[in-house]
Amino acid sequence: MQGYNRGKGKEGAKRLTLVLVMAVLLFAAVVLVSLMIGTKTYGISTIWEALFHRTENNITHDIIWDIRLPRAIAAGLVGAFLAVSGAVMQALTRNVLAEPSLLGVSNGAAFTLVLVLTIFPGLSKLETMFASMAGAGLAVLFVFSLSILARGGITPVKLALAGMATGMFLSSLTTSIALYFDVSKNISFWYAGDLSASNWTDVKLLLIMGAVGLLIALSISRALTLLSLGEEITKSLGIHVGLVRTLGVVAVLMLTGSAVAVAGTVGFVGLVIPHITRMTIGGKYGKLLPVAALLGSTLLVGADALSRTINAPYETPIGVLTAVIGVPFFLYMVRQDGRRLFS
Amino acid sequence: MRQQKRAKLIWTMLSFLIIAACFISFNIGTVSISPLEVWQTIIGQGTPKQELILFDIRLPAIILALMVGTGMAISGAVLQTVTRNELAEPGILGINAGAGLTVVLYITLFQGSLSNMSLLSTFAMPFFAFLGAMLTAVLILFLSWKQGLHTIRLLLTGIGINAGITAILTALQLRLNPHDFMKALTWLSGDLWATQWKYVWALAPWFILLIPLIIYKSHALNVLHLGPLVSTGLGIRTERERLTLIVLAVALAGLGVAAGGGIAFLGLISPHIARKLVGPKHQYLLPTAAMIGSLILILADMLGKNLLKVDIPAGIIVSLLSAPYFIYLLLKTK
Repeated sequence: MQGYNRGKGKEGAKRLTLVLVMAVLLFAAVVLVSLMIGTKTYGISTIWEALFHRTENNITHDIIWDIRLPRAIAAGLVGAFLAVSGAVMQALTRNVLAEPSLLGVSNGAAFTLVLVLTIFPGLSKLETMFASMAGAGLAVLFVFSLSILARGGITPVKLALAGMATGMFLSSLTTSIALYFDVSKNISFWYAGDLSASNWTDVKLLLIMGAVGLLIALSISRALTLLSLGEEITKSLGIHVGLVRTLGVVAVLMLTGSAVAVAGTVGFVGLVIPHITRMTIGGKYGKLLPVAALLGSTLLVGADALSRTINAPYETPIGVLTAVIGVPFFLYMVRQDGRRLFS
Repeated sequence: MRQQKRAKLIWTMLSFLIIAACFISFNIGTVSISPLEVWQTIIGQGTPKQELILFDIRLPAIILALMVGTGMAISGAVLQTVTRNELAEPGILGINAGAGLTVVLYITLFQGSLSNMSLLSTFAMPFFAFLGAMLTAVLILFLSWKQGLHTIRLLLTGIGINAGITAILTALQLRLNPHDFMKALTWLSGDLWATQWKYVWALAPWFILLIPLIIYKSHALNVLHLGPLVSTGLGIRTERERLTLIVLAVALAGLGVAAGGGIAFLGLISPHIARKLVGPKHQYLLPTAAMIGSLILILADMLGKNLLKVDIPAGIIVSLLSAPYFIYLLLKTK
């Protein structure tokens, strides 16, 4: 895998520290900006005051605590989950193009979510989140099982095409349901990525689901590194490939499912972030996953802040922004990575 | 000769099926008209209401379905041959989305509302769709061109462009008012919306010009199918022919989108089924694909309009039916 040797030895440790420091600083800056801007813009001192000396019956403090902070945290968590989910999928499929939205996983989550929301509108947040994870899980299993069924194995391109077809099938079903129940516009906005309604309940649920998903992903990080180099190596080292795959799939569906349930289908984060991470610190999953999570958070908190401001007072769907960032990157990869994609 | 005989037999059968499908879709709808009444109306003995429904509502819709089905199928067949990749088609390559984008842009910039469209804009629509399809194709070719045309790079670039344009479309769409939004959504999902005679007249000349031209190119397509080495050896100016044919195919797809929105997969599966029926020779393949595309679209439109209480765009029905077939093909091809 490209850049695998980066991040080895003393040089690598230095590089990792540097990247981490920069990433943390960038993250803090983005979070701060995200808290400051909105319908009303607040200064740094106001934010400080609100965060650390919150007073009762202060509207500014309430806005920051009850609207902006949960939204920023939700955005950050969703970004982290999608980035980690993408990284895990890339290792499991040994496919540089694997990513929740490109492989139809996000569409699967969205499909069951819309189905459940229209048929049983009274469900709790937790229940809808489970529905979304079930959909993500079915899509993951379906697309992965294709790689077993395919004649002569499945190439990255085939997998991407299969994912696209699965995604289109599921989104056609979703559109039919939306048209049938006459809820298209609401659903379309959410489908395109919407964090505007996120609150502390979302944050709590995201934290619970995501923490489990992230822990699973981290626990198999060494195996993922080996798996991304080839199945034989992994097997020869006595690692149970089937178990790793199962755990990986569980992590992907928990992370993607909860992210989609809260934010809709936000594309390309899972593609762009793992690649940038791999380019800077190398392909060892033990380091790659945490750094990708941090960078994913930064990207999504930033994109969310942007989505509120570029066309204020209207919100631009966050999925549109990530696509605007992600598509050129994707095209660049397609142009550059000929050897790896076409073999 | 045997192949020709077989093709003729299949064409006859397909024609019967298409006529039958047209006849059924004459019968059913919000107002159902019995076969006998249809016949009476055709020979001029129907009530004014029946005449209105059949000749001004259902007939143009059927003709439009025939045109769009033909356009998408032939476009897909040509793109598959030219790129020498069985999985190529205007929807996957992002050409449908590109055509959709220019039309939506045109509507939001000049129109204000989708509901009131003048006669001039009727004729402007196909033009803008055509322009959008062309620009997208140029962009894809430009981005994927690297020491020649590598088809997998072309496909992947198409997927990327498709995602990007879809995102821009979503952003534009969400700014529309709810009524226009619904119209745009159903249209982009592949709805045969332009079911009035004026749209038929606006599109027909283009089809009459382009389709014979492509069928005339059958020989070149047959040779290109064998690969660039053979075709150059046989005295075909390969790159030039390829580009001309891509332009023709993209133009057809753009026109199809103007009338029928983004119908994905139709351009993919129609040529596939046709190839199974009559083999790879384009003089047989192209008309067969066109007939299959038309048949599928008429049936999908009928299903979408009558299956549920609400209208489901034909493109959605086509996707639901053909995505599984696409995946099956994907698993089978090496």
